[in-house]
Amino acid sequence: MSIITFTLILLLGSYLAGLLGSLTGLGGGFIIIPLLTLVLHVDIHYAIGASLISVIATSSGSAAAYVKEGITNIRLGMFLEIATTIGALIGATIAIYMSANYIAILFGCILIFSAISSVIKKSEHITSEKSYLAEKLKLNSNYPTSAGVVEYSVVRVMGGFFMMIFAGLISGLLGIGSGALKVVAMDGIMRIPFKVSTTTSNFMIGVTAAASAVVYLQRGYIDPGLSMPVVIGVVLGALTGSKILVGSKSSGWIRWMFVVVVTVLAVQMIYNGATGKI
Amino acid sequence: MKKFKDADMQVIIGWVLRLGVLISITIVFLGGIIYLWRHGHMLTHYAIFKGVPMFLQTPGGVINGIFNFRGQAIIQAGIILLIATPVMRVIFSAIGFIMEKDYLYMGITLLVLAIIFISMLSGHAG
Repeated sequence: MSIITFTLILLLGSYLAGLLGSLTGLGGGFIIIPLLTLVLHVDIHYAIGASLISVIATSSGSAAAYVKEGITNIRLGMFLEIATTIGALIGATIAIYMSANYIAILFGCILIFSAISSVIKKSEHITSEKSYLAEKLKLNSNYPTSAGVVEYSVVRVMGGFFMMIFAGLISGLLGIGSGALKVVAMDGIMRIPFKVSTTTSNFMIGVTAAASAVVYLQRGYIDPGLSMPVVIGVVLGALTGSKILVGSKSSGWIRWMFVVVVTVLAVQMIYNGATGKI
Repeated sequence: MKKFKDADMQVIIGWVLRLGVLISITIVFLGGIIYLWRHGHMLTHYAIFKGVPMFLQTPGGVINGIFNFRGQAIIQAGIILLIATPVMRVIFSAIGFIMEKDYLYMGITLLVLAIIFISMLSGHAG
């Protein structure tokens, strides 16, 4: 395949990945890596590098918008970034020594987990329980809603912290934002309101990805010819997605379509990984 | 001077992120056009991992490539700037916490920077 054809296919695919990723909130990496490895037969290590770069671009772009609205809990984000960057460093280091088929199988499993958790209805829970660590670290905060300012507390800080090390590790290992795992830590363990946990998770993704991207960059896994169409396509797709989201409210069928696509891709990744075709 | 608050930091962080993404994507796009113009007809080589071309593996090589108008070097410079964007955000947060006299969070932010710095060094070893 000539470079120009390859670039155009990748640009179009990345645009669709960015669009779907932003509409469903799962991020573009989930489609980019299967697209590169299964369809275009690119070595998975290159695919992870290119995906990480697109993750940094989209999360930084949307974090810029959320931060100004005052929903993001910057202190909570900074504190948990200690955990995610440590995890990302470990993950990126392991990935370099891990063979492509194991990475593919793990990727498929995380993909299925994220798809399932994206369709499960989450119940909102705002706690006012006091935790010693959360007070010490000034993690309790508030956020604006249409009904006024809502105060919330954070609980089980250490549990959330350890879950974040794991989320960072997966992010560094697989080149995805691992937003679903971050939400498990913040929503499920630390009892943070949904709006705060999603925006804060998004805020942290860029730094987490940067911590592993520097490792990939120096090992030569970030190829300009791949990163260029991927990052441009994903960013344009995410921009289109954010415009659509403002206009329409019901994205239920898009979410289901995405879950089906992602599950098919996940099974393919696991199958190809298990049979050594990746 | 009025007291520096969290809201001010949010505005600055928003701008750092927005500008960083905008500038780096523009550079990647310009580099991409040059790259396709010069190499578009060549064949791809991504099936086997070989690492990026030699001239992209050192900062000096990238800078040299930019001056020689090499598309891949310009793209790579844009990519490096993009990776630096969230790191810049952390640096600005550190400055913000110093101005708020929040020394606990100044420490936490510097610790995050140190971990990213260790990642950078670890890439070189071995």
